[in-house]
Amino acid sequence: MKASRRYVVFVNVAAVVVILVVLAPFAWLLYSSVVGQTDLLSRPLHWWPEHWTLSRYREIFFGQGQNVATEFRSAMLNSFLVASGTVVISLTVGVLGGYALARLRFPFRRTTLFAFLVTYMLPPIALLIPLYLLVARFGLLDTKTGLIIVYCSLATPFSLWTMSNFLGALPAELEEAARVDGLSRMGALFRVVLPLARPGIVACGLFAFLLCWDEFLYSLIFTSTTNAKTIPVAIAEFTGRNAVDFGLIAAGGVLASLPPLVLTVVFQRYFIDGLSAGAVKG
Amino acid sequence: MTRTVATTEPAPPTGGAGRRPAPRPRRFAALRGGPGRQARLALVLLLPAAVVVFGVVLYPAGRALVISFLDVDSPFPGAYPFVGLANYTSILSGDRFWIAAEHTLYFTVVSTGAELVLGIGLALLLAAPVKFRWLLRSVVILPWALPTIVNGAMWRWILNAEYGVLNSVLVQLHLQSDYRSWLGTDPFLALNMVIVADVWKNTSLVAFFLLAGLQTIPRELYESARVDGAGPVRSFFRITLPLLTPTIAIVLVLRTIEAFKVFDIVYVMTGGGPANGTQTITFLTYLQAFSAQRFSVGAALAYLTVLAILVLAMIYLRLLRQNEMRAV
Repeated sequence: MKASRRYVVFVNVAAVVVILVVLAPFAWLLYSSVVGQTDLLSRPLHWWPEHWTLSRYREIFFGQGQNVATEFRSAMLNSFLVASGTVVISLTVGVLGGYALARLRFPFRRTTLFAFLVTYMLPPIALLIPLYLLVARFGLLDTKTGLIIVYCSLATPFSLWTMSNFLGALPAELEEAARVDGLSRMGALFRVVLPLARPGIVACGLFAFLLCWDEFLYSLIFTSTTNAKTIPVAIAEFTGRNAVDFGLIAAGGVLASLPPLVLTVVFQRYFIDGLSAGAVKG
Repeated sequence: MTRTVATTEPAPPTGGAGRRPAPRPRRFAALRGGPGRQARLALVLLLPAAVVVFGVVLYPAGRALVISFLDVDSPFPGAYPFVGLANYTSILSGDRFWIAAEHTLYFTVVSTGAELVLGIGLALLLAAPVKFRWLLRSVVILPWALPTIVNGAMWRWILNAEYGVLNSVLVQLHLQSDYRSWLGTDPFLALNMVIVADVWKNTSLVAFFLLAGLQTIPRELYESARVDGAGPVRSFFRITLPLLTPTIAIVLVLRTIEAFKVFDIVYVMTGGGPANGTQTITFLTYLQAFSAQRFSVGAALAYLTVLAILVLAMIYLRLLRQNEMRAV
């Protein structure tokens, strides 16, 4: 009994330590975005700032003209549009294809799945060079359309794989009952299977969204102006310029992290289930 | 797969073959459709996905292989000389590739190893009777959701040589006499700091993967082990670890593939420096192709990466199949 109490104390202390280690960098990022420049540049740091300020956020949201802050804003918007477009397309084709892989018998089923998986594992750097030349030839450099096309090729194998796993795990009987009641196969898919598969679809869509929101290499090469530049590229460029405006980078970083962080916390259940599906069922 | 088929099979009729219910044959036919019809439907359903993926992937993948045998030195179309394996031999005989390979290998082994060890501990903690378990889980998932570039920029700022918070804390605690440059002077230190940032972010994902594996281990095993007088350490090594091995293997291969491709975090934290000390293979490929415009050398480097990853992917798929067998 005593050992068990020691164990409980130990895990609780460990949990507090983990929470601190995880939250400290986040806290520093947030802090850096809301205190004055002189507070950030003092040496050594004093732990209670002289100035609090929201000017950086104001600049990013409402600033006018061409500067880093407004660039962050348009990059956020680009990221959002590109990620949403990709999610819609890759989820649609992923659900249809995933259903075929999970429920239909046809020759080369395994080979087909394998072929999609191989493309998922191909390192982007291998496709980058010819893809760049190709995108340039079609006049799609520095456009959101070009980026969506490329991102769909990244997200689709993934959504195909997760959706086929998820749909395959649903009981087949319900679908069969619906078919006996006279629904066509497609009717059963849309009226019976998809409503049941909602958790899987949500998780898959969220993963795809995060994948696009996080993507850097393609966006770095294929975009150059506020036309299509996504938020990771905007932040990396500004960081790389060796600017001293750390506060603005921090504010941009906070804003860029908000969508994925909020989505993850709100849909935590789905994420954890999605991860388990990936880990256990493959 | 076998499982779904098994459930749709009609149960053997108990009352002899003669009393088979009449609607069954019709129902069976309606459900299955002809094999030809199913294959056609599958083709129609898979076609959009195939267009979206292979339309973008196939040509570039083949083209990159071709480029790696030519000498392409500009982004414009034109006739470029065929040089055979010259790009590959010049890469493999030069120092830069091997140095970058060494960095990549070091990064991969150390970051994956650390993430695995910490991830196992964290997974056990996530499953343990902690007071605010939901809070712990919500917090632990956060680094995974943080965009890689923001993570890199954040650590770059934390580790800043002149104003960084890490320097300030260490000096104020008298653990360090003066501010030091974490990313700017010592290449090996810089590489290790990049690893710290990567581990901080990715341990979270590893832990949740392993937690999923942990939850499939039947509780009774632990109880009977306790009855037999085994302590927590013993039951960890005798029950948890062996039963977790399939999940660990999958996580290990997946993380290895990811770590092997590392680019973003290096780009934003160190830009490959100092003294090229954090240059990885993907970073070198990027530099060759897009800074030096040596597209062919870049393509050859990329194909060397593909080869390495293909080997890892084979291992991954084999492990998956083994797991699937075990599940059925």
